[in-house]
Amino acid sequence: MGARVDVTPAAAELIRSLRGQHGPLMFHQSGGCCDGSAPMCYPDGEFRTGSSDVLLEQLHIDGVDEPVSFWMSTSQFEAWKHTHLTVDVVPGRGSGFSLEAPEGVRFLIRSRVLTPEELAALSS
Amino acid sequence: MTVYSPPGSDGAVVSYESRYDHWIGGEYVPPAKGQYFSNPSPVTGQTFCEIARGTAEDVERALDAAHGAADAWGRTSAAERANILNKIADRMEANLEQLAVAEAWENGKAVRETLAADIPLAIDHFRYFAGVLRAQEGTLGEIDEDTVAYHFHEPLGVVAQIIPWNFPILMAVWKLAPALAAGNAVVLKPAEQTPASIHYWMSLVQDLLPPGVVNIVNGFGVEAGKPLASSNRVAKVAFTGETTTGRLIMQYASENIIPVTLELGGKSPNIFFDDVSSADDDFFDKALEGFAMFALNQGEVCTCPSRALIQQGHYADFLAAGVKRVENLKQGNPLDTDTQVGAQASNDQLEKILSYLDIGRQEGAKVLVGGARADLGGDLAGGYYVQPTIFEGSNSMRIFQEEIFGPVVSVTSFTDYADAIKLANDTLYGLGAGVWTRDATLAYRSGRAIKAGRVWTNCYHQYPAHAAFGGYKQSGIGRENHKMMLDHYQQTKNLLVSYSPKALGFF
Repeated sequence: MGARVDVTPAAAELIRSLRGQHGPLMFHQSGGCCDGSAPMCYPDGEFRTGSSDVLLEQLHIDGVDEPVSFWMSTSQFEAWKHTHLTVDVVPGRGSGFSLEAPEGVRFLIRSRVLTPEELAALSS
Repeated sequence: MTVYSPPGSDGAVVSYESRYDHWIGGEYVPPAKGQYFSNPSPVTGQTFCEIARGTAEDVERALDAAHGAADAWGRTSAAERANILNKIADRMEANLEQLAVAEAWENGKAVRETLAADIPLAIDHFRYFAGVLRAQEGTLGEIDEDTVAYHFHEPLGVVAQIIPWNFPILMAVWKLAPALAAGNAVVLKPAEQTPASIHYWMSLVQDLLPPGVVNIVNGFGVEAGKPLASSNRVAKVAFTGETTTGRLIMQYASENIIPVTLELGGKSPNIFFDDVSSADDDFFDKALEGFAMFALNQGEVCTCPSRALIQQGHYADFLAAGVKRVENLKQGNPLDTDTQVGAQASNDQLEKILSYLDIGRQEGAKVLVGGARADLGGDLAGGYYVQPTIFEGSNSMRIFQEEIFGPVVSVTSFTDYADAIKLANDTLYGLGAGVWTRDATLAYRSGRAIKAGRVWTNCYHQYPAHAAFGGYKQSGIGRENHKMMLDHYQQTKNLLVSYSPKALGFF
């Protein structure tokens, strides 16, 4: 269980499949319009993160040797930090350069508000 | 009232082909890998054609065609290019109804909008750039008596354009018209959600353009968009979309040292000062329409006025009137000219909007109207419909901070001018904004204080070609519309000429 980010079983299955096709993976959470608010999945290192990004989670997926990093821009994290994210997958056309789009599916973020106890644990 | 028949059915004004390949070098070319993907209509969820699934090989072929055509196209006279743009506009005007129905069927938007806005604006865009091109001049500077600096406009060459799915034809035209006017050849990738309508457009105008000047490569972002955006054979990339892909495109562009223009969305505030409600007149009615504008194009507009900020003095009454206005919106078959709110463009977009309706409630926002998927029954049961929704909450909630890209507005109140500007600017984005007041001084001060590229003042969602459009902050880089776009697609050539026979005397 990730303190900030989890994946559903369906998303984990898709991540395993994409890992087999493309090698190690990473996520960067998008913002803005069109396909904004969608998590973008890339070959690890394809998207250059820097000092303006936060590493929210190292996702441990059964059947995937290395953790899958989940990033977000620092400024966007300020608006999202009180919520817990779950990466799910739905049928869709996708967009952006995310790896899963040609499979006819799209990663999707589901959110819930972190409890005061969870927030306290995260800030300690 | 008119209800158009779905494209291709009995009585339809327009038909789609059953399959679209890539348009490269003035002809249709099958994808190198022979793969296709299905293209559903959001109106019903049913597939209506299949689309070539492009890859790097197809992009290279399109770039070959574009490079083959670019020099000759760039040397054509301004008059010749302007004539072609005007002829494209005329051809579109003669087929306005067909284009409007094709666009509504592919995107899910209400045909009344494509008939009255999307397609007429696209037509006018070609005419505008035909016009400003004819009037564009270089400059000369007299450096001294014998030295002159001449400045010429030259095309960039071959440019890449990646089009969003919310206005498949209009957004393509926003990019195509200035690029073509400026003398560039284009490789364009339509969104994979809405790849077909641009091919219908091409079927209308293909005889007007020299082969290779406009090439369309279909496909997914990762398979076709990435090889195009990262190619060292393009002189510029223009992209409309979201922040992560925008950053990735900038990253690729940095590897090739080329410019980008990026339009990455917003979370546009729509501010209603107390004096809006000082009379129950035409202006008050117009302001209520401005409030309801979040539902235009089902909220799938980068400048959707998705944060309504209402001053405390008239908050309750204005909001009640706004709720009433929104309750009366007519949602239904997008091909019915009475329909005001149609379908979301794709299933994943529908799912994303529903996920925001969920987190909005969890954060304690109150649903004043809507708040769920709309099941319209019959043939439309499989389509992607969301009820126009009004949330009441506070600006720190995620529904106030992220562009939901659905027919959803988040409403909160403000105390005074300073509070309004603080809330308006409390966002990562700065694309659009609206200000409503009867006080011209207040309107002016607000407009100047809001950090956004476009501040509609006592209006909203107007997109004339002669008004610059683009973002502050994380909403992007560069502008679209306005004659300044010619510069965005041109190099500056300086000839520094000496007419003196004398040596400088240095050596």
